[in-house]
Amino acid sequence: MIKSILVFNNHGKPRLLKFYVHYPEEQQQHIVRETFQLVSKRDDNVCNFLEGGSLIGGSDFKLIYRHYATLYFVFCVDSSESELGILDLIQVFVETLDRCFENVCELDLIFHVDKVHNILSELVMGGMVLETNMNEILTRIQEQEKLEKQEAGISAAPARAVSAMKSMNIPQQIKDIKLPDLPSLSNFKNPF
Amino acid sequence: MALRKVRNNIDRIFDKSLTDLIRGIRNNKDNEAKYIAACIDEIKHELRQDSTVVKTNAIEKLSYLQMMGYDISWASFNIIEVMASTKYTEKRIGYLTASQCFHDETDVLMLTTNMMRKDLSSTNMYDAGVALGGLACFDLSSTNMYDAGVALGGLACFVTTDLARDLANDVVTLLSSSRPYIRKRAVLLLYKIFLKYPESLRPTFPRLKEKLEDPDPGVQSAAVNVICELARKNPKNYLSLAPVFFKLMTTSSNNWMLIKIIKLFGALVPLEPRLGKKLLEPLTNLINSTSAMSLLYECINTVIAVLISVSAGTPGDHTASIQLCVQKLGVLIEDSDQNLKYLGLLAMGKILQTHPKAVQAHKDIVLACLDDKDESIRIRALDLLYGMVSKKNIMEIVRKLMSHVDGAEGSNYRDELLSRIIQICSHNNYQYITNFEWYVSVLVELTKVEGTKHGAMIAEQVQDVTVRVQSIRHFAVSQMALLIENAHLLLAGSAQHRSNVSEVLLAAAWICGEYSEHVQNVQSVLESMLKAKVSMMPGHIQSTFVQNIAKLYAVQLSQSEQEDDWDAVESLDNLMLSKLPQFEQTDNLEGQERACTLLEMVREIEKLHAQREKIAADVTALFEGELNPVAAKAQRKVPLPPGLDLDTWINEPPAESSSSESEEEPERKNGPTVRSEFAGFGAPRPFGEEAETKKKYEQPSPDEMKKMRAQRQADIESNPYYVKGDAKATAKRPTKLASRKDSDEKAVEATPLDLQSPLEIPGVVGLNKYMEQQESTLSWKKAKKEKRKKKGKKGRVSSSDDEDLPVVHQVNRADGEMPEGAKSTDDEEEGTKKKNGTGDPYKALDMDLDQPLREDERLPVAQHRVASLDLGHPAGLKSKADKKTKKSKTPKAPKAPKEEKPKKSKKSAKEVVDEPPPPPPPAPTAEPQDDMDFWLSASSAPAPPAAAEEKVSKKKSRSPEKEKKPKKSEKHHGKESKRKQRHSSTRSGEELVENAPHHLAVHDKNEYEVASGVCTPSKQTNGAVEGSATPKKEVSTPTNLPPMTSYHLLAENAFVRMTYETRVSTADANQVASAVIFANVGANEIRQIEFNVLDSLNTKMLRDPAAPQGALKVPFNLPQGVSNEHVFRFAVEAINVPQKLRGTLTFLVETENGSVPEKIDFHLKFPCVSFTVPATIGSDAFSELISSGELEASSSLQFATTDSLNDVVRNLCFHGHFT
Repeated sequence: MIKSILVFNNHGKPRLLKFYVHYPEEQQQHIVRETFQLVSKRDDNVCNFLEGGSLIGGSDFKLIYRHYATLYFVFCVDSSESELGILDLIQVFVETLDRCFENVCELDLIFHVDKVHNILSELVMGGMVLETNMNEILTRIQEQEKLEKQEAGISAAPARAVSAMKSMNIPQQIKDIKLPDLPSLSNFKNPF
Repeated sequence: MALRKVRNNIDRIFDKSLTDLIRGIRNNKDNEAKYIAACIDEIKHELRQDSTVVKTNAIEKLSYLQMMGYDISWASFNIIEVMASTKYTEKRIGYLTASQCFHDETDVLMLTTNMMRKDLSSTNMYDAGVALGGLACFDLSSTNMYDAGVALGGLACFVTTDLARDLANDVVTLLSSSRPYIRKRAVLLLYKIFLKYPESLRPTFPRLKEKLEDPDPGVQSAAVNVICELARKNPKNYLSLAPVFFKLMTTSSNNWMLIKIIKLFGALVPLEPRLGKKLLEPLTNLINSTSAMSLLYECINTVIAVLISVSAGTPGDHTASIQLCVQKLGVLIEDSDQNLKYLGLLAMGKILQTHPKAVQAHKDIVLACLDDKDESIRIRALDLLYGMVSKKNIMEIVRKLMSHVDGAEGSNYRDELLSRIIQICSHNNYQYITNFEWYVSVLVELTKVEGTKHGAMIAEQVQDVTVRVQSIRHFAVSQMALLIENAHLLLAGSAQHRSNVSEVLLAAAWICGEYSEHVQNVQSVLESMLKAKVSMMPGHIQSTFVQNIAKLYAVQLSQSEQEDDWDAVESLDNLMLSKLPQFEQTDNLEGQERACTLLEMVREIEKLHAQREKIAADVTALFEGELNPVAAKAQRKVPLPPGLDLDTWINEPPAESSSSESEEEPERKNGPTVRSEFAGFGAPRPFGEEAETKKKYEQPSPDEMKKMRAQRQADIESNPYYVKGDAKATAKRPTKLASRKDSDEKAVEATPLDLQSPLEIPGVVGLNKYMEQQESTLSWKKAKKEKRKKKGKKGRVSSSDDEDLPVVHQVNRADGEMPEGAKSTDDEEEGTKKKNGTGDPYKALDMDLDQPLREDERLPVAQHRVASLDLGHPAGLKSKADKKTKKSKTPKAPKAPKEEKPKKSKKSAKEVVDEPPPPPPPAPTAEPQDDMDFWLSASSAPAPPAAAEEKVSKKKSRSPEKEKKPKKSEKHHGKESKRKQRHSSTRSGEELVENAPHHLAVHDKNEYEVASGVCTPSKQTNGAVEGSATPKKEVSTPTNLPPMTSYHLLAENAFVRMTYETRVSTADANQVASAVIFANVGANEIRQIEFNVLDSLNTKMLRDPAAPQGALKVPFNLPQGVSNEHVFRFAVEAINVPQKLRGTLTFLVETENGSVPEKIDFHLKFPCVSFTVPATIGSDAFSELISSGELEASSSLQFATTDSLNDVVRNLCFHGHFT
C-alpha cells in the first residue's frame, strides 16, 4: 500500500501532500522536512530507493522518489508494492500532469494544486493503485473538465474574467520557466 | 431574489480566490504567518455566508492552508456542507478537503452517512439513464458517475468503523455497477472497509472473488490488489484461491496484475511447499521470457521464496533455479541503472540466508558495491557482507569498511557501518577472527568514531573478547590502560561522543581492574582513574570506576607492602582518601554506595597501616578468582540440588505478620531496584570491616558456600551484562595472582603528548598503526617486541608463551558456562516469542473464508433497521436461541473462531425473524485443503475450480424458472455440506478425509435428488393449491438429512398410518388445504376409505356439493405397503384462532375371511402459524404495519429438543414459514 505521496520542491516547500494514513498537520510538516532532508542530499545518479525515515513507516516502508527539475515526487510505500512498479507510476503521474498542463512546471502545481489532486485521485485511491493506463486517466479527466465547464456556465463568467485579469499580473518570464522537457522521461528505462 | 443572486455574483468577484491566496502568500514571505491569520479570519467570515459558492471557495482555500500545515479541523462541518453540494465541482472540492483532514476521530463524520449513501448510489440513476436510451441523459448521468467516484475516493481516505458498517452494503451494490470506473473503485474501497469493519469480510468475500473474473482488466487488477493486501497479512486464509490466481497468472498479460499475483504467491508459498513446486516452472518461464524488469524482479523474488520454502522441507535438487536466480541477479547488480543494482542486492540478501554458496560467486561484485557512491546500495551490500567473509579476507574487508567509516557523512550510515563491522567480526563466536590483537585494535579505533549508540556495543565486545581469549588479555589491558590514562582527551569531544566513549571507558576500567595483574603501571592507571573527570561521566560508569579502583588499589598495595615501602603505602592511602570523596557525590546510588564503602575500608586499612600491619593479602583476597563467560540462560538451568525442597520451611513460620514480610522479601530482591546492568555489583559482598571480612572467608562451610553461590547466581541471572563486572564468590577463587613489580613513571613519560587530533591517543595502537607495524616487521613476534621497546617497557611477559604464537589465540568459543546437568536448548526462545498485539488492525481480518456463510453474517442493510425492537416475540426467540447457541456450541466447538461475536442488534426486522442463525461449528478445513491437494497433485495446468462452486452453478442452471430457488438452495446447500463435513470428520477416518471432495460431491448430489424425489408426490397432487409457499417448502425439504417435513402424524393403528400437512393458498385467504398421506402399514389391502370430520363453527370441510354432509370418500384403495395422498380442503372463518377438528376415518380391511370394517379417530390441528405466508412488501408498508400494532401473533410449536439448535431454528422457520 502507498502510505503517502509527497511533492516538494528543491527547497523542501510542499507542493502536494497526500497522506493515506492520518497524521496531524504538525507531523505532516515534520515528515515533509525529514523526507526532504533524506532525499535532497542524494545525487541525481544514485538509486531512487531509500529506507524509510524514522517518522514515516520504519523498516517495512520505503521511500521511492524521482527528481524532476525543481520538484521531488516521493512515494512512501510498504513492501507489498513493487519498487519498479511505483517508479513507473510516478512516471505515469508526471506524464499525465505534463499532458494536462501542457509542459508542466512548478508554478502549475502551485496554483492548481486542486487539479493535481484530482489527477492523482484517478491514479491512486486510498493508497491503492487504481489505474495505470494514461489514456484512460486522461479521458476521465477531460470528461470531468467538461462537466466543470458546464456547471460553471454563464454564472461564473464574470468571475473568470476577473481572475483572468488578475492572472495577467504574473510576470511572463516566470511562466516561461518550464521543466526542461522532463529529462529522464525519454531515456528512462521503461520497466514494462 | 434575482437581485440577491446578482449581488452574490458580484461579491464573488471580489472574494479572494485560491489563486489570490497563493499569490498573496508568495508576496508576503516576510510576514507569512500574519497574512495567513488574516486570510483565515476572512475564510471564517465567508463560511458564515449562505452561498455555497462562497463556502466552496473558502473550503478550497482551507485545503491549501492544510497543506501548509495549518489545522483546519474547526471547519469540518462546513466541509460537509460543501460535500453535500449538488454541483459536482463543489462536491469534489468538499471531498478533497475532507480526504485531507478527516480521520477516525472527526466526530462530524457521523453526519455524512446518508449523504455518502446518496452519492454512492447516484450511479444507479446513470444506469436508469442508459436504460431509457436517452443520450441527453449522458451528461447528467456521468456527473453522477463521477459523484460516486469522488465519494468512493473520499471514503477511501476517511472511512471509519461506523461509516464502514453503514455503507458496506452500498459499496457492495456498486460492485455490480455497469461502469468499470465505479466497480474498480468499489473493489478497492472494500479493502478499507474490511480494515475498519472486519465482520464485513466474510459476507462480501464471494463477491470480491467474482471480481477476479471481471471482464474489465482494471477491475480485475483492483480485485487482485485487494486480495493481495489481505493475503499479505493472513496468507493462510487465501491459500484456497491459489488455483484461481494460478490461472490468472498463466493467462494474463497485464504486468501490473502479474506483479501483484506473483507477490501474492510469494506470501502463500511458505505455507504450502507443493504450491512452490508447481510455481517454479511458470515462473522460470516468465523470468526467461519477460522484458519488463519489474516483473522479472518480482519473479526472482518469488522463486527465492519458493526455494526457501522448499529447502526447508524436502531436500530436492533446485540448483538450476538457484543458478538462474543468481545469474539474473548478477546481471541486475552489474547493470548501470542504480535502481536495478539496489534491488539485485536486496534480493541477493534473501538467497544468502539459505544458499550462501551460490551468492559467493558474486563476491567481487558485491565488494565492489561497497565502494559505490550511493549510500542505499552500500547499505545493501553491507547486508550481504557476512556471507562473503572468510578467515582470509576479513582483515581486508574490515579495513575497507573502516576507511568508509572515516568518510561517511551522516551518523546513520556510520552507525550502520560500525554495527556491521562488529557483527561480521563477532559472527558465530568470532569464527572468522584469527588475530584477536588485531580485533582489539579495530575496536579501539572504532571508539574514536563519533556516533550515537555503538559505544556500549564496542564496550561489550572488548570485554567479551578479553574474557574469552586469555592470551589477548595482556594486550587488551595495555590498550585499555592507555585509554584510561587518556580519558580526559576522549571525554573532551562533543557530548554525543562523550556518552559514546564513556561506555568504552566502563569496559576499559573493568578490564584494567579485573586483569590488574597484566597492568604494567598500576600506579599511573590508578591515579588516572582517580583523577578522571567524574562529572563528565554517567553515574553507572563512575560506580564501575570505584569498583575497579578498589581492585587496582589491592594490587598496588600488595606490591608496596611486599617491598616494605611504607612511604609508598601511605601515599597510596592518602591518594585514595583524597580522591575517593568525589565519587561519593555521584548521582548514581550504586556508585555512591560503593564509594562510601570503599572509602571506609581504606580508612580502616590506613589505621592498620599506621600500626605497620600488612594486610595486602586480605585485600587482594577480595578480588581473587577467574571469571568465565556464562551462557545467557545458565541461571534458569541451574538444577535443583537433590534433597532440596524449596517449598518446605527452613524455620517454623513465625507469627502471621512476619511471615507475610518474608514472602515479600524475595520479590524485593528480584525487583529491578538498581540499574539492571549493575545489579551484579550489588551482590552481597562482605565489604566493611576488614576483620569481619576475613572472618567471613574463613567461616563458610561447604553448605553455606553452596547457598551463597546459588544466591550469587540468582543475582547474576538478573544481570544481562554479567560478564562485565561481577566478581566471583571470593571464597571459591583459586589463588593465582602473581605479584608484580611496580613499573615506574617512565611509561607515562614514554607516551609524549603530541596530539594532532584530540582523539588520537598516543600509545594506543590504532588499527592503522597496528597494520603498519605488522607489515613493516618481519614477524608478529618482532612487532610485539618492538612495540614494547618503543613504549619503554621491559619485556616482562607473564604468559609470553601464549603471546608468541603468531596468529593463533585460544578462544573460549563455548556459549558460556552452564550449570552441571543443564542442557543448552533454544526452546525457551520460542515460548517467549510474542504474538501479534491486539492493536494490529490486520489481526482482525484473520478469518477462515472457506467456511460457509452463516446467516447472521450479512451486511447491515440500512432501510429496515427501525423495526427491530417492535417485534416482541422474535426478539425473545432470538435471545433464547442465542443462549442455546452458546450452550450447544461450547461442547462441540471448543475452538470456535473468534469472529463469532455476539450479534449486532442492528439488523433488519426481516433478518431478526430468522435471526437465530445456526452458527456452524467450525468446519474442518479438510475440504478446502483437499481441493488444494487435488489441484496441487494434478499435473495438468489449469485446475478445476472448487467442487462446491461447480455444484452450485449446476443447481442454478437446473432451476432457473424459480426465482428464489437458487439462492435458497445455495444457502441450504452450504449448511448441508457443513453437516456432511462434520459427519465425515467425526468418523474421522483418514481415508474419508482424503476422499472428501469426491465423496462429498457424489453424496451430496444424490441426496439432493433423493430429497426432491421425496416431495414430488405433493407437488403432483396439490395442483389445486398454488402459491409461493409450496415451491419453497419443496426446496427447503431436502435440506435435512432426515428430510425436514411438515407432515405430522395424524393417527396410526395396526392397519393404517396417517400423516398430514397444512397448506395455505394465497388465492383464497379463507381456505386451507390439508394433504393427508395414507400409508398402509398392515398386511392387507385397504378399501373404501372414508374421511370425515366434525365441522366446527369456524372451520368447515369442503365436501362435494352433492353430499353436503357426511364423509368424504378417498378415491383410491391402498394395497399392502403402499401409501397415497389426498388433499382435503377446509373453509376457515378466522385464521387468527387455532383450529382443532375431530374426525374419523373408516375403511375396510380385506382379510382372507372377507372385509372387516375398521375405524380410527384423529384430531386435525391448524395452528395459526400454518396460515403465515411469505410475502414481499415495501419497507414503507412494513414500517407502517409494525407501528400500527396490528401485527401481533403468538404461537407455540413443540419439537423434540434433542435436536441441535440449528435444527430447532430451522424447524421454527420452516413451520412458521419464516424466511
